[in-house]
Amino acid sequence: MSASSDLRHSPFKPLAEFLPQIGSYSLLPFRFIKLDDSRYILTNFVGEYIVTDRENLARFVNKDLAPDSELYAQLKSRHFLTDSSHSAAFHLLATKYRTKQQHLSEFTGLHMFVPTLRCNNSCWYCQVSRKNSTAEGCDMTQAVAERGIEFMFNSPSTVLKLEFQGGEPLLRFDIVKYIVEKTRELCRTNGRAVNIVICSNLSLLSDEILDFCELHDLSFSTSLDGPRELHNVNRPSREFDSYERTCAGIVRIRERLGVERVSALMTTTRHSLSQPTEIVDEYLRQGLASIFLRPINPYGFASSPGIVTSYSTAEWLEFYKRALDYIIQLNVKGIRIREEYAALLLRRMLSPYGTGFVDLQSPAGIGISAVVFNHDGNVYPSDESRMLAEMGDQRFCIGNLLSDSYRGMMLSDTLIDSISQTMTECVPCCVDCGFQPYCGADPIRHYRLQGDIVGYKPTSEFCQRHLGLFRHIISILEEQSTASEVLMNWLQ
Amino acid sequence: MILSDKTTRRWNATPFVVRVSTDLLRPEPLRTSEALLVRSECRAYPPGFRAYFGTATASSELPHTVDTPVIPLPESLFYLGDGDIVVVRPTTGDLRVLYRRTARHNSFLLTQACNSFCLMCAQPPTKHAADDCADLVGEAIPLMDINTPEVTFTGGEPTLLGRKLVELIRRMKNFLPHTSLHILSNGRLIKFLTFAQDIAEICHPDLVLGIPLYSDVSHEHDFIVQANGAFDEAVKGILNLARCGLRVEIRLVITRLNYKSLQRFARFVARNLPFSCNVVFMGLEPVGFAKSNLATLWIDPADYGEYLAAAVWILESHRIPVSIYNHQLCTIRPELWRFARQSISDWKNIFIGACEGCAARHQCCGFFASSVDTHSRAIKSVAQPCS
Repeated sequence: MSASSDLRHSPFKPLAEFLPQIGSYSLLPFRFIKLDDSRYILTNFVGEYIVTDRENLARFVNKDLAPDSELYAQLKSRHFLTDSSHSAAFHLLATKYRTKQQHLSEFTGLHMFVPTLRCNNSCWYCQVSRKNSTAEGCDMTQAVAERGIEFMFNSPSTVLKLEFQGGEPLLRFDIVKYIVEKTRELCRTNGRAVNIVICSNLSLLSDEILDFCELHDLSFSTSLDGPRELHNVNRPSREFDSYERTCAGIVRIRERLGVERVSALMTTTRHSLSQPTEIVDEYLRQGLASIFLRPINPYGFASSPGIVTSYSTAEWLEFYKRALDYIIQLNVKGIRIREEYAALLLRRMLSPYGTGFVDLQSPAGIGISAVVFNHDGNVYPSDESRMLAEMGDQRFCIGNLLSDSYRGMMLSDTLIDSISQTMTECVPCCVDCGFQPYCGADPIRHYRLQGDIVGYKPTSEFCQRHLGLFRHIISILEEQSTASEVLMNWLQ
Repeated sequence: MILSDKTTRRWNATPFVVRVSTDLLRPEPLRTSEALLVRSECRAYPPGFRAYFGTATASSELPHTVDTPVIPLPESLFYLGDGDIVVVRPTTGDLRVLYRRTARHNSFLLTQACNSFCLMCAQPPTKHAADDCADLVGEAIPLMDINTPEVTFTGGEPTLLGRKLVELIRRMKNFLPHTSLHILSNGRLIKFLTFAQDIAEICHPDLVLGIPLYSDVSHEHDFIVQANGAFDEAVKGILNLARCGLRVEIRLVITRLNYKSLQRFARFVARNLPFSCNVVFMGLEPVGFAKSNLATLWIDPADYGEYLAAAVWILESHRIPVSIYNHQLCTIRPELWRFARQSISDWKNIFIGACEGCAARHQCCGFFASSVDTHSRAIKSVAQPCS
């Protein structure tokens, strides 16, 4: 703000009388990290950030900033510093912190049911170690389903999300149907909202199923890895053309239930790395307005020797950046398609509200954001811990629906101990990381890859990936070009 | 349109409020709080009205008494009609139109006193704090049409009235339950949580408090309102209102002093006050202090288009409603037209020569009568109305 000499001959006081004294400001808690060779990013615990160079960072910390400078105003506005004229800073910080963490008071929202572990696809990267479609003893019984529903309605969450995972849930549509009908009935008497999603390869879609989904307001989430050849290499089936079935299913759902009732995500394999634009184009071909670009998870068949290591984090980041860049260009041209990973990170960076994404919050959302009911009644605090269990490690199992109580499981040492090790505010390395407010812990992944829930961050693939993503997205935002406008649009 | 004028008659009585009626056959029970407006000569005035407004030259057929005064209406107020409400001050002859039944929007000044001293105040505060504005509004509320769409309480600073303001809000709810109530306050006294709680307890069905923040940093805001600590008090007030579940609108007048930081301001609101039900960017009304400080304050809207667009865009991407007031459509970017409101009251608003033949005139807020001399160089007649 420029001072105004015109006010001299008036009853008004000049700006100088309101400016804080030089060097009189106090630093508020913040972290910083290098953004690139010349810039630093500063973040505070409510997730506000500022990008500046080393010289200004030093000037700020040494209390040499001029009170009438733009950087001073920015740092004050975003609560990196405060001065005598601004005691309300603490009220605002407290409000912002409460707002960011509000999802914690909602407690568990997402409840995943595994009606069967059987599947008619034979994806070589299957992370849940699926069973053949004719296998026995891996379907959910009605008794287990019933106890799962009971468990779900024990959650205090006002908006519940019910997700069917597999295996292929539609192989046991009768169980899906039972759970949905029972849940909808309880909602009516309970006054609660439940969003229901079926995660399916869509190969078994029928008119009967679609009628049921329309009646009960169900949505679908499916896997589409890219063009026909890539998809079928990644997700083969002995019984049918996997690509053909999935795409036909997408078309049917869009026609019958509406375009917003089916979404898709892709899993990156070594074969995907060279085809970022082709993959995105495939999503356009299917009329999908969103894509989730995911790296492979090191569980199940995907953890077989040679598969996880088949590409490095750097290679995946390169692939991701090329795909994201292409998606942004499409949006600049007016073609609306949104990348969900970036959208999630953007919400973490730019929105005053929290996100209930299990792996990207502190404490981690295991159990307190999501819970999985396996076909056999075992309860896991995340899908990844179920995947681990299918590999023979029951480390994170918090009990069984048929034998344990809600309180017993949610207050089990297994869960509480794990959660308490996921507070990135006090985890070694995370505690000093400039991206701490945006990141999370992913305890299961660190346990799986490094044998420790906390993990060792300097070699952590999770850590490298997210540092890369945060740096990339902030760099785009800082350029203030049409690309940053596209990203801002994804906040809505 | 003139809202206040003087009658030629003076007499000794306390100020009073009357509703205008033109109906000679008005039911008697209603007459006691009404003034009969007689437009032509009349053989015998019907008895029982609180007062009589005469527009004809010979308006004195009825004997003038303190209890039933006969008041010659100045020509400027001949437009008065059924249901309008007028404040009469007998000792000075002041007649002030408080309420117009046919107006979409009525605004009541509750006090002239203020605890801030804003550089751009359009209604500079008076030194003597005691006035009877609030009491007269309180008297007028039961006389207003129950279908009145919208009422604004303004000042001065309405919260200086304390309990009296709370009672006026209650009165609005009880007598005009379908009327939206907008209160324009600097929010500083609402730093006391009990004030917000008292307002919230009334449970007014449609209440918004419009609170100005002229910057996102305290020293800049405090300078503009010329009061140390004002920003912090206003912010605490806003948080208290939100905490009590009351709706808050944030208002900012764009001046040379703050136009460059609009983007920073928008980001501040999105992060800190995301519960705001509306954020209003207002053009400067060059009257009062704004006129004397014009050199310090004036910036042509044509020169801050980029900043305003960026600020609106940030708020919109955070799903916070935005409005733009007091900007002629030709002075802002077409992509901002959908945020522009016809915000200038119909009795203040005018158009100038350059507006001749403009296709968007019926959608435009026009000018303050006071800004004929001070307007943007971008003013021109446009060929296409807003879609």
